Amino acid sequence: MIPVCRLEDLPRGESARIGTTPPIAVFHTDDGELYAIDDTCTHQDASLSEGWLDGCLVECPLHAASFDLRTGLPTCLPARRAVRTHRVTVDDGVIHVHLVVREGTAA
Amino acid sequence: MRTVTVVGASLAGLYAARELRAQGFDGRLVVVGDEPHRPYDRPPLSKDFLTGRVDEDRLALTDAEDDTALGAEWLLGTGARALDPRERAVVLADGRTLPTDGVVIATGASARRLPGTAPTGVHTLRTLDDARALRAGLTRGARRVVVIGGGFVGAETAASCVALGHRVTVVEAAPLPLLPALGPALAAVCAALHRRGGAELITGTGVAALRGTPAVTGVELSDGRVLDADVVVVGIGAVPNTAWLAGSTLALRDGVLCDDGCVTALPQVVAVGDVARVGGVRSEHWTSATEQPRTAVANLLAGRTTRSARSLPYFWSDQYGSRIQFAGRRRDGDTVRITEGGLVDGAPGPDGLLALCERDGRTTAVLSVDRPRPFTRTRRALDRQEKEKESEIEIEKGSGSGDAARDGLRHPAGR
Repeated sequence: MIPVCRLEDLPRGESARIGTTPPIAVFHTDDGELYAIDDTCTHQDASLSEGWLDGCLVECPLHAASFDLRTGLPTCLPARRAVRTHRVTVDDGVIHVHLVVREGTAA
Repeated sequence: MRTVTVVGASLAGLYAARELRAQGFDGRLVVVGDEPHRPYDRPPLSKDFLTGRVDEDRLALTDAEDDTALGAEWLLGTGARALDPRERAVVLADGRTLPTDGVVIATGASARRLPGTAPTGVHTLRTLDDARALRAGLTRGARRVVVIGGGFVGAETAASCVALGHRVTVVEAAPLPLLPALGPALAAVCAALHRRGGAELITGTGVAALRGTPAVTGVELSDGRVLDADVVVVGIGAVPNTAWLAGSTLALRDGVLCDDGCVTALPQVVAVGDVARVGGVRSEHWTSATEQPRTAVANLLAGRTTRSARSLPYFWSDQYGSRIQFAGRRRDGDTVRITEGGLVDGAPGPDGLLALCERDGRTTAVLSVDRPRPFTRTRRALDRQEKEKESEIEIEKGSGSGDAARDGLRHPAGR
């Protein structure tokens, strides 16, 4: 379990990047949901935490591949492989990411 | 339409094949490619593939699942020799004739070469085979590398060579690399990346000759200087692959001439990607190759132009650990304003920068160095702005004395 930041420090529509190996991206959507996925686009080296957040989709800033934050699955080309999703909790006002151990989507 | 032949098995050809299926074409789909390889992604060739960070398996654009879903016949390792519209056929280099109802031309472009026979150690970088050869040439200890041409391929290759520990000189004939694409102010910013990154940049002089037999030993510049070299990379642009169309009726001028919807003078023939001159513009961008097929295929299946493929130009480049992104339609004379980050000794500072090109108070284009988030925001705003402008034009067109008015479908108020 990795503490990220206080909930109020990650406003809606914002994202944060955790420098784990591999790095993790944490999103706070406009609807108030929190999601965590692997940060690196599965197509080419780009940080999804810097992508465009649209509902529960994030668009890669480099080639506009889009991923569903709920499942990690790509919704369009050029990405073809899913990113891993990680569980997020808020404990005492602090966002925590629970890393999945196994490969694959935690859909 | 029962058979469609896609000539070209790289990014644009593959995307066209996928679009055909996505848009409901269930006939025979044939994809012809002159390279023996399955479709692969070219952008990493000058970057992570050259430095060894990624291997060939990561370049593949398709997997077994995609192939099954696509249901195409792949004819690889033999290019097309001719298009015979009268017989409705594509003729292959090996003599086979493929009768077809529709054709997607996606033959791309080839690296431009220096005239004459090149000594060994002189490379171009366009195909996987090119990249394999260059990669092998760079693994024999520290080398003196001369890169001829400071465009994106040249700059990225230079940066990769520096990262591999080689001594690198970039030679650019123009006063600055990337001048036509970026204009003087932003081209100067990108040129400074070479210096910051540890490569030497020589501008304003061409190449007179390559020295050495059988292996290259140096590059003689037109001002008389000679640069020692063990490896030379020629990155002086690309030429659209249209030679095979010479005997057809299609108009060729720096590419296959098409309308805004990628349709040639023959409604059953469309062109996409690097080979296509769409509405007067030929772009060698990854984004064009992936976006044009949707429009081209829709128009091919409709039998006429129903949609335009015009979209906001966007390209990116990774050099010396920095990511450059550019979007928009810059024109000479636009003013340039840095809105985020800044310059240190003429080069982007440690936080990168965001620069806007402006004309008459409007943003025309945006350049980012390591600022992906505000870049995307601006790029999307530009895209929106352009689409709004186009729909205004459509409305103006529609409100004229067009067919609709003549047919009495429109009754302007007050008449």
